[in-house]
Amino acid sequence: MSRPGRAASPDEASKTPMASQASTAVPGLRALRRPSLTTPFALILVGLIVFWLIENLVRTPSDFYANLIFGVTNGLLYALIAIGYTLVYGILELINFAHGDVFMLGSMMATTLVGSTVLGLTAGSAWYVLWPGIMLALLVSMVFCGTLNASIERVAYRRLRNAPRLAPLITAIGMSFILQNVGLVWKGPRPISTRSLLPQGPIFTIGGVGYTWNEFFVVAVTLPVLAILVWLVKRTRQGKAMRATAQDREAAAMMGIDVDRTISFTFLLAGSLAGVAGLVFALYNTNTSFLTGFQTGLIAFTAAVLGGIGNLPGAALGAMLIGMLEGFSDGLPWHALGSQWTEAVIFAILIIILVLRPEGLLGERTPEGG
Amino acid sequence: MNDRLWLALGRFGWTEARWQSLPSWQRRAVKAAIVGLIGVLVLAPIYGFDAAAYLAFLVVALIYIPDWGRVRYGRYVLPAAVLVLCFTYPYYLPHMPKLPIFTELPTMTTAFTMTIFVMMALGLNIVVGYAGLLDLGYVAFYAIGAYTAAWLASPQADRYHWTVNFGSVGVPAGLGGIHISIWLVLPAAACLAALAGVVIGLPTLRLRGDYLAIVTLGFGEIVGVVANNGDCLFTGFTGHCVNITNGPQGINPIDPPGFGHWLHAHLGLPENFLSAKNSLDVFYWAGIILVLFVVYCSLRLRDSKLGRAWVAIREDETAAAAMGVPLMRTKTWAYAIGAFMGGIAGAFLKSEQGGAFPTDFLFSFSIFVLSMVILGGMGSIWGVILGGAFLAYLNIEGIANVGGWYNSTFGTNTDLTKYSYGIYGIILVLMMLFRPAGLIPSSRRKAEFDVGVEDQPLMDVQAT
Repeated sequence: MSRPGRAASPDEASKTPMASQASTAVPGLRALRRPSLTTPFALILVGLIVFWLIENLVRTPSDFYANLIFGVTNGLLYALIAIGYTLVYGILELINFAHGDVFMLGSMMATTLVGSTVLGLTAGSAWYVLWPGIMLALLVSMVFCGTLNASIERVAYRRLRNAPRLAPLITAIGMSFILQNVGLVWKGPRPISTRSLLPQGPIFTIGGVGYTWNEFFVVAVTLPVLAILVWLVKRTRQGKAMRATAQDREAAAMMGIDVDRTISFTFLLAGSLAGVAGLVFALYNTNTSFLTGFQTGLIAFTAAVLGGIGNLPGAALGAMLIGMLEGFSDGLPWHALGSQWTEAVIFAILIIILVLRPEGLLGERTPEGG
Repeated sequence: MNDRLWLALGRFGWTEARWQSLPSWQRRAVKAAIVGLIGVLVLAPIYGFDAAAYLAFLVVALIYIPDWGRVRYGRYVLPAAVLVLCFTYPYYLPHMPKLPIFTELPTMTTAFTMTIFVMMALGLNIVVGYAGLLDLGYVAFYAIGAYTAAWLASPQADRYHWTVNFGSVGVPAGLGGIHISIWLVLPAAACLAALAGVVIGLPTLRLRGDYLAIVTLGFGEIVGVVANNGDCLFTGFTGHCVNITNGPQGINPIDPPGFGHWLHAHLGLPENFLSAKNSLDVFYWAGIILVLFVVYCSLRLRDSKLGRAWVAIREDETAAAAMGVPLMRTKTWAYAIGAFMGGIAGAFLKSEQGGAFPTDFLFSFSIFVLSMVILGGMGSIWGVILGGAFLAYLNIEGIANVGGWYNSTFGTNTDLTKYSYGIYGIILVLMMLFRPAGLIPSSRRKAEFDVGVEDQPLMDVQAT
């Protein structure tokens, strides 16, 4: 995603992710980077975290491994959602607040599907019934979320393309609340539980902790989907159109790219990733509620910002880091803050990143970042 | 739509040009007559004849129709009339007729809460409307105001055996803790909130647009988490719990406002708002006076050098910086002043409610206040007052009333209040799509939305 074209020099290419529009136009801008406390501060912070992790690993290896597995699994889930944020931000420079709620509706859709009598899936079903059924549910929830996301763009955001920046953002917040209420009307205020379909037995054990089949399921679905995504963005015409539109919408239009269609496609893609995440989340977590989306969405957004918003590998990396951090902060016994503080920790990271390094770990300096 | 209407009316000789050539008071009289006719022809057959409704209509028409601008001091007539109507609200409320759909006018409790929300909306309006900085964490300032009031006017400090009593009312003898008169707590809470605004602002205001929105959202959420977990902080350092917010139980009771015995005896001011005979009315009047203070500040700030600097930053940050507007200082002032008003409102609301609980300080609250600003019109004081009052009314009893009306009319049984945030979401989206400048737009904002602004800065401005 981060490469505009093969002709560019490696140096040039590494600086040009999707959300680059303006700043790359001025090469001298780089000189303006303020000499700051960022580096020593960040080094100390990372050092402390590493020390804390190692201390925990030495003291209670089993807790460490359990939370590592938990964190990696959740991180992959966040990656699916974070990439949705990053795709849309890359192309429209819009934080699509409603994305988390699209994911929530996807998880509700998945819950409905796997619990429905039409598919008739149970944990005891034979594999040739179970897996095609799950794949079908996956497809349906992808299509559902993709269409939903694209139609939100069509109805709301498209009319505001040339409005002041705040207008689409506020619209997105409004959409998020509307979708939350759709979920509320659909499934009611209580968390709903998904039928448990995945085998729970361990595949192998590390440090006395079993890595179970349902955790493997998350990996087995997520990684191929991400691979397809990378292929789509890097190797297809549509992907090229997306990258072009992200770089410069007007120039892309002049080159004959249908910008509206490309943006719609991006929303469709982001939505279907949310659909995958919804199904995986529903099957792995076995419950969901209308509030899930907002919370998970914010975490995933933090992940996207951490990795560098507009940057696909960045979003995946950020999501893995955030997922692991969440796991460790929740569950490690030695000097961890505990789950009641996890949300605050994640937001603190978001703030620190935005203040000290708004371009994220892998990202590019943007005008927003002062 | 409008054009077709004029085309149809033009057949009868009533062209738009002829309408525009009428004196403005005649135009207003025609509009009032149309509304009155609808009232008589549509509402009277349904709800029956109600003398109070006609009287109310007459009063409003009398204020609305004449061309007050031509009279000496005439421009004060409308504000003065609105002010008198607001202050006398408790007296004529019991005689007011029922409304269609909304069924009831706001009760006194609701009216008081409306004044608080109007204050908050006006505070947020300074940040979002004037300076154009989207703040999604306004709830943080509300929380800081509320918890300041909770510390300075409740038995909370008694757990550290601090006892102070200064001018408070309604505190039983022998109760420990800090008890300071609410009238001193309000400025303290406001200043602390403003300080928090500066502290949050200084590192973050270098960011622009949506990045700033996200950072403020983060701060708002963190304040919420701290409020919830604040009953046991710093255990790692001190070895025992430091209790700041008393966790999910919240801090209560918070002392009520009041003027004390001496002022009551000499000036007739209420001694204790909570135990006064017309308790609700007193709270409401105090709220109105605070709103007047906030409105006055907003008006004066808007026309001040600082206010013009805010507008300049909102419209084009780069150009403003080039013209010598100090970006950081100006933005931080916007944050501090917006937070100041949120702090006052939060402290006074909690003093009326008698307790501060972490469940009050959620992200959705920030969005709620933001909806008020957007509904009314960003940057427009009168619009924001209207938006704040209307949405606050909707939130407290309006939606329930409409739901009740809906259920009784259509024989359904839906609980509309459950979906209130969905309704605010719809308001946000519809406003942004169809009337982005708000119900009563400020002329400047409207121009920005109509013409569109180029607010994708080409180059970064080094903050000063």
